[in-house]
Amino acid sequence: MGLTQVSYSPETQESWVATKLDFLVNWGRANSLWPMPFGTACCAIEFMATAASRFDLARFGMERMSFSPRQADVLICAGRVPFKLAPVIRRIWQQMPQPKWCISMGACASSGGMFDNYAVVQGIDTIIPVDVYVPGCPPRPEGLLYGIRMLQQKVMRERMSDTSIRTEMEPDPSSRLYIPAPTIDELSEPFGNSVNQTRSTV
Amino acid sequence: MSETPAVVYPGVAAPSTTPATPRNIPHRGGPENPTASALAAQFKDAVRRVTVVWGETTILVDPAKVLDMVKWLHDEPSQRYDFLCDVTAVEFRDAEVPLEVVWHLRSLPYRRFLRLKVELQKTGPLEVDSVWSVYKAADWLERECFDMFGIKFRGHPDLRRILMWEQYREGFPLRKDFPLRGRFSRAEQLRQALAANPEARYSMDELSIAEAFEDLPQEMRQRLGRGEKTGE
Repeated sequence: MGLTQVSYSPETQESWVATKLDFLVNWGRANSLWPMPFGTACCAIEFMATAASRFDLARFGMERMSFSPRQADVLICAGRVPFKLAPVIRRIWQQMPQPKWCISMGACASSGGMFDNYAVVQGIDTIIPVDVYVPGCPPRPEGLLYGIRMLQQKVMRERMSDTSIRTEMEPDPSSRLYIPAPTIDELSEPFGNSVNQTRSTV
Repeated sequence: MSETPAVVYPGVAAPSTTPATPRNIPHRGGPENPTASALAAQFKDAVRRVTVVWGETTILVDPAKVLDMVKWLHDEPSQRYDFLCDVTAVEFRDAEVPLEVVWHLRSLPYRRFLRLKVELQKTGPLEVDSVWSVYKAADWLERECFDMFGIKFRGHPDLRRILMWEQYREGFPLRKDFPLRGRFSRAEQLRQALAANPEARYSMDELSIAEAFEDLPQEMRQRLGRGEKTGE
């Protein structure tokens, strides 16, 4: 009876690894997020500082700024968005392919900030879905990096079997809003010093 | 102020008296810009009031004569106001106080600054002559003034909104009766903003070939149809 000699020495073995496909895909996605910078105001300056050598966004796989939405993974809206730019950011978001994420950087992008007036969108989440909000006016680069790390953790928790999170949100064809109008009004409620201002008609 | 300041032409060496920062200027009653008396001599009653505050001369004039005056200030060799700094408007809170339209003129050769004002009653039509025929710089300045205050500039070649989008329906944001958050609800504002085509803001030349043509306001389509080229 012949015995087959089997060698277990590492030098003769091809290396291999066993893992979940979910983990592998998410790991790849989370560590190569290409940002689409949508900088409209002072937050964009902090965003540039984050991308520059001192804070070095490249450590997190984001060194490649994608100035074309079709090659981008994460939309970083840095700064206030006036109503005139609302259709622009909506179109950029629609041009980005799935999977895609959105970071709302700073107080203005998240809530309108101090600009509770006739010209500024009260939070870009009334136009496009947002994954991570970074507070600050503007946020320091550490704050943005923390938000990016949070987004990476969120990406790592995704499951390929759950396709619902990758479904494109279709805005209502007549009103072009993707959330109901009363919700938008509720999200845009005045707060802080501006509660005493009135609107003449509703 | 009888002395005539030296004329400085471009490319010619500056006069020996180099300008220095004025000091100890009285709040009111400082030396008057010599243009004020020249303008009063030329246009008589159309010059209504001359005030000097912090050394700057403000002339309140007849709204019907403002275009003639600006033309004269620009063309007259002894004045040569060749630079239009700003066109803007001021509205006061009290309803009976008229709205003011302000022109800031500068004479580079004579180093003079002049502020022209007219008063428009809020009860009447907010209309005044455009100075676009004298200063091409007035184009966007007057458009901004129209956009924010609703003042119509007669003779402007392309009077439409410049800061707000073309289809903006809420009114004129810098008027005192305009609520800070606008007249519509946030959802309605967002709906109207998203309905605007972001590509419908090209120059008239580009618009004639752009796909966004159908989304333009009726008035712009008519002007394009006539082959007008003036625009952004």
